[in-house]
Amino acid sequence: MAQRIAIFRRAGASPFGARSASSWWAHVEPAQKDPILGVTEAYLADPTPHKVNVGVGAFRDDNGNPVVLQCVREAERRIVGKLNMEYLPMGGSHKMIDETLRLAYGENSEFIKDKRIAAIQALSGTGACRVFADFQKRFRPDSQIYIPVPTWANHHNIWRDAHVTQKTFHYYHPESRGLDFAAMIDDIKNAPNGSFFLLHACAHNPTGVDPTEEQWKEISNIFKVKGHFPFFDMAYQGFASGDPERDARAIRIFLEDGHAIGIAQSFAKNMGLYGQRVGCLSLVCEDEKRAVAVKSQLQQLARPMYSNPPVHGALLVSIILSDPHLKNLWLKEVKVMADRIIGMRTALRENLEKLGSSLSWEHITKQIGMFCYSGLTAEQVDRLTNEFHIYMTRNGRISMAGVTTKNVEYLANAIHEVTKSS
Amino acid sequence: MASIVVSLSPASMADAPSVRHHLKENTKVKTNDSSSFLRGGYGNAFVKSKSFSRFSMVAAVNVSHFEGISMAPPDPILGVSEAFRASTNEMKLNLGVGAYRTEELQPYVLNVVEKAEMLMLERGENKEYLPIEGLAAFNKVTAELLFGVDNPVIKQQRVATVQSLSGTGSLRLAAALIERYFPGAKVLISSPSWGNHKNIFNDARVPWSEYRYYDPKTVGLDFEGMIADIKAAPEGSFILLHGCAHNPTGIDPTPEQWENIADVVQEKNHIPFFDVAYQGFASGSLDADASSVRLFAARGMELMVAQSYSKNLGLYAERIGAINVVCPSADAAARVKSQLKRLARPMYSNPPVHGARIVANVVGEPDLFNEWRKEMEMMAGRIKSVRQKLYDSLTAKDQSGKDWSFILKQIGMFSYTGLNKSQSENMTNKWHVFMTKDGRISLAGLSSAKCEHLADAIIDSFYNVV
Repeated sequence: MAQRIAIFRRAGASPFGARSASSWWAHVEPAQKDPILGVTEAYLADPTPHKVNVGVGAFRDDNGNPVVLQCVREAERRIVGKLNMEYLPMGGSHKMIDETLRLAYGENSEFIKDKRIAAIQALSGTGACRVFADFQKRFRPDSQIYIPVPTWANHHNIWRDAHVTQKTFHYYHPESRGLDFAAMIDDIKNAPNGSFFLLHACAHNPTGVDPTEEQWKEISNIFKVKGHFPFFDMAYQGFASGDPERDARAIRIFLEDGHAIGIAQSFAKNMGLYGQRVGCLSLVCEDEKRAVAVKSQLQQLARPMYSNPPVHGALLVSIILSDPHLKNLWLKEVKVMADRIIGMRTALRENLEKLGSSLSWEHITKQIGMFCYSGLTAEQVDRLTNEFHIYMTRNGRISMAGVTTKNVEYLANAIHEVTKSS
Repeated sequence: MASIVVSLSPASMADAPSVRHHLKENTKVKTNDSSSFLRGGYGNAFVKSKSFSRFSMVAAVNVSHFEGISMAPPDPILGVSEAFRASTNEMKLNLGVGAYRTEELQPYVLNVVEKAEMLMLERGENKEYLPIEGLAAFNKVTAELLFGVDNPVIKQQRVATVQSLSGTGSLRLAAALIERYFPGAKVLISSPSWGNHKNIFNDARVPWSEYRYYDPKTVGLDFEGMIADIKAAPEGSFILLHGCAHNPTGIDPTPEQWENIADVVQEKNHIPFFDVAYQGFASGSLDADASSVRLFAARGMELMVAQSYSKNLGLYAERIGAINVVCPSADAAARVKSQLKRLARPMYSNPPVHGARIVANVVGEPDLFNEWRKEMEMMAGRIKSVRQKLYDSLTAKDQSGKDWSFILKQIGMFSYTGLNKSQSENMTNKWHVFMTKDGRISLAGLSSAKCEHLADAIIDSFYNVV
């Protein structure tokens, strides 16, 4: 689409006065609809009572309702109406950052003790990735980012708008609905030394396919040899296995191996703080002095984007993580969420197998986190929607959060129907 | 090897040798991997301990991906507050702060905000993602507040409104829209203006230049200069205007001057781009403070308006504001809104919910709204009264007959005193009045009890320091 600079062509009278009716914005086309939002819109518009929404990327309880964690409600009660809302520092809440780093790097992390981590509070995972991408562009303008195939669609938007060239590396293996480890390793080896890689720390979105611990170790090894920079997007710590320490395993392996990593953390899912936009961007540096310098540069990028980050969610996070009672409550609640997801995976697979499906549905329980890459084709997905009123994205991604004990049988039946001839 | 962009300043280059030093030391590394670690140059891990293993948590560090990054310059305004905190003098006064303070110089949480938060907690609202464009209820009330609920632009649905991260976030989204759809178009910024304006357009890669605004001789508006510079700008430029309570000078055009500005903007087919950070806070009246924006809208002009609720609702840290684009049709507004969303998605996906709900509750509920108007009048009233007191003190103490009335004419939180850099430094060093070096003081940080002291300081600095 050619961008007509309409501003230089003014002609004719306007009903609004001296200005022409051919406006500044005549050349602005409507943006494409977001593929995921469109699913929910269509779902909401459907009057069918037994409709199912498995496109949703947010946790739902067994009744299909959104959940606010008890620990969050308690934290909210403590701060309601009480605090003044003075600007946070540009880098965000120090307390929240400190607690957040402990979660990712470990309670006794040497990097934290030695103050070697440059970290800022960020606008959830998106904001953390974006500031990092801008930082990468500013300080390593010749670098590129290697992104797994597939990945969360917004990753591409983020690095594109940051003007960082993107490359891809093999990740998902459609035939096995698992990890294409050999091809992934090949791509890592073939990338020029010192390349930047985007890795999902746990619960890969959208496939739910994670490397095993052994595989992570091998990946880390090759990264060392190649001198690559690993940037972890960790949006599901705690939410994947139910255990935050376990979900941080990949990161800890890389830290043990001596990588100076970067991490984007989000509290959207694991604390259910979706709309609050709370997260953290961190970069491991050589020493405290470097970390101070890097942090100052991260702040420089944040300042002309939003000046300083929102306080409310940060307060909730720091209250919860710094209060042992609330933290324990949170750990229990995050396990409950993870367990429900895992339970639904088992139920869905069992139901499909009970129906006598000849296909393998092993991947449903092997995959981890909120999403299941079902292997369904776009046509099969369309049939699910049109015939069964089941809504999901056309790449066959099922959000297990939308599966409940009340709809899992129906869902299994429908999937079986559309796949039994294949 | 990918080249490293080491920072541009010499100071950082001096740091680089330490990296080479480490690499030199690192000649006896044992690895349990057959490949060599020491590829030379950047991109290698090295260890400080003798034996490498996965169990050594402390030592190994890959230093080099972001080596040589220098310290960013300190923020000129934050530095003021830091210095203030460090000062132990009893008489110290922080006039750098861009946030409202009570007469007791304490931060202020508006009653209506507390009430709104209580309501929200009682209702037990969830924390689901907002849509990319933000909370619908907020977007509705914020546009109505700005333009007036009966304004044709509202009735005809011609305003594309997207909730954003306060004023900064709104400006940044608009800047990104300009960069994408008007490549090469320039933004004109007043001289002086809020410091972050330039950063926003720089980072958004939008070229900018300045138009004359502040006249140091009169400590007032250089109106001729302003008009001339707007006229001289290439047709189709974006003119960044402060809707009310100009930051940092406090000097606003008169209604007649606004008409003239609108004439020139129309004549040159420029796009007016308003930054409205103080609606209601400037004069105490929400409608009066929006009159400049409404004047332009009434002429049928397309315009952009960035709004912030940081000051007028005291929601500084919640980051709540909106970008509004007035278009000629509802269809155009829908298209523009969709593109604003496309810019927001890779920045932060969707905006924070808390502040939006507070605003929607306060503005959307008649009792709360009326209470808010009163609180705002109170805040604006306190600012006006300290202006008066300061003026009275200055006039009483200054025997020279200098006209200090600009203090009364200026409006909003800030005042340009006319003090230069050395004089401002004297204010701090001798009188412990902390302010920015451009002579700007924040009346929001002044109590009536301290007006005399401030007057003494200003007079001394003005007359005895060059």
